[in-house]
Amino acid sequence: MKNWDSLNLFHHYVLEIADNTLILGQQLCEWCGHGPILEQDIALSNIALDLLGQSRLYYQYLSESTGGNFKEDDFLMYRDARKYRNSLLVEMPNGNWGTTITRQFLFDQFHILLLQKLSESSDQRLAEIAVKSIKEVKYHQRFSAEWVIRLGDGTQESHVIMQDSVDELYKYTCDFFVSTEADQYAASNGICAIPTEFEQLYYANVNGILQEATLKIPEIKKPIYSGKKGYHTEKLGYILAELQYMENMYPNCEW
Amino acid sequence: MNRDADIRKVLEAVTDPEIPVISIEELGILREIVQEENSIIIFISPTYSGCPAMDIIAFDIKKAMAEKGYQNVEVKYQLSPAWTTDDISDVGREKLKNYGIAPPEKLMPNENGLFQNEKNPSCPRCNSENTKLISLFGSTPCKSLHQCLDCQEPFDRFKCH
Repeated sequence: MKNWDSLNLFHHYVLEIADNTLILGQQLCEWCGHGPILEQDIALSNIALDLLGQSRLYYQYLSESTGGNFKEDDFLMYRDARKYRNSLLVEMPNGNWGTTITRQFLFDQFHILLLQKLSESSDQRLAEIAVKSIKEVKYHQRFSAEWVIRLGDGTQESHVIMQDSVDELYKYTCDFFVSTEADQYAASNGICAIPTEFEQLYYANVNGILQEATLKIPEIKKPIYSGKKGYHTEKLGYILAELQYMENMYPNCEW
Repeated sequence: MNRDADIRKVLEAVTDPEIPVISIEELGILREIVQEENSIIIFISPTYSGCPAMDIIAFDIKKAMAEKGYQNVEVKYQLSPAWTTDDISDVGREKLKNYGIAPPEKLMPNENGLFQNEKNPSCPRCNSENTKLISLFGSTPCKSLHQCLDCQEPFDRFKCH
């Protein structure tokens, strides 16, 4: 049994970032072979690969900083939902193409701002990972923003689908800006700015693009729980069941 | 005897498994070679975080070195400074083009706004400038997909990074 209580606030902070990219990457993989057209199918698989690659860099670092007590895979395979620290948005189901694009857009806009702050981190390794990731996320950000505009300001049908997606998902963005103990630790140690510092900028960017897409900006009703504190929706359970299936059935298998 | 040069010579044979015409040196991902008393550490830098070719490249390096009698070779990943397409050598660019992949330009996306294409790459087959972007994401993470409007052929481009 792994002693998860031995993880400290620094580890928890890195997990907040790594779990976001892992869960979103895992969900995007479900699109592989199901995209509306080949090019977009490939685009989502590419984005998934980037996000999973970034997750690995964080988990590898975590493994090293626990002195190898936890292996990279332990973080993925041996935590239940309560120990995952991803924000609620990324565990929302793929839905239709519009839902997936909206979720991606709302995440990418946050991701790029977070990485820009993280690239100035006092933690050299995290800064390196951030600099590397920014190059990739710029492509994601452009892809999802263009699709939001193309569909929101597209046909009547695509507009309705996008508005439904925005109405459903927008509220979960406030979970990005919940301040956890780990966030405060990171801020006071120069690891990364507290997310509320770029909350206004986030909503200015997001709302600007939604307006360009002729979409109405919903009112935010804050959810009562926070994924960053380990309180998730039931949806994360299904994702983890699939993610961890092989390891559960065949522990420590290698191929 | 310059051992570093000897090792680089051996590594000329190691190519990107997804673009087998270009060596890791030409691609710019071969970084430092550190020689210790009983071992050699070779540092490479990933092109993309999730690039699945990295493990294969590390394996190929060890294999190429072993074939030339080098023992105790270790391959390590180096993240910083982050790899950029500017690290691809001129010879590498020429090889990419001859292989049918348009070499990268020097601009990142959305530095000039959404829906703005960077200068369209010229077709690696017929050299026409009359090309269009099909998708920013191509057959591997490092490539985007384009089409030539003159010869009509689709082609990959190594995207700016």
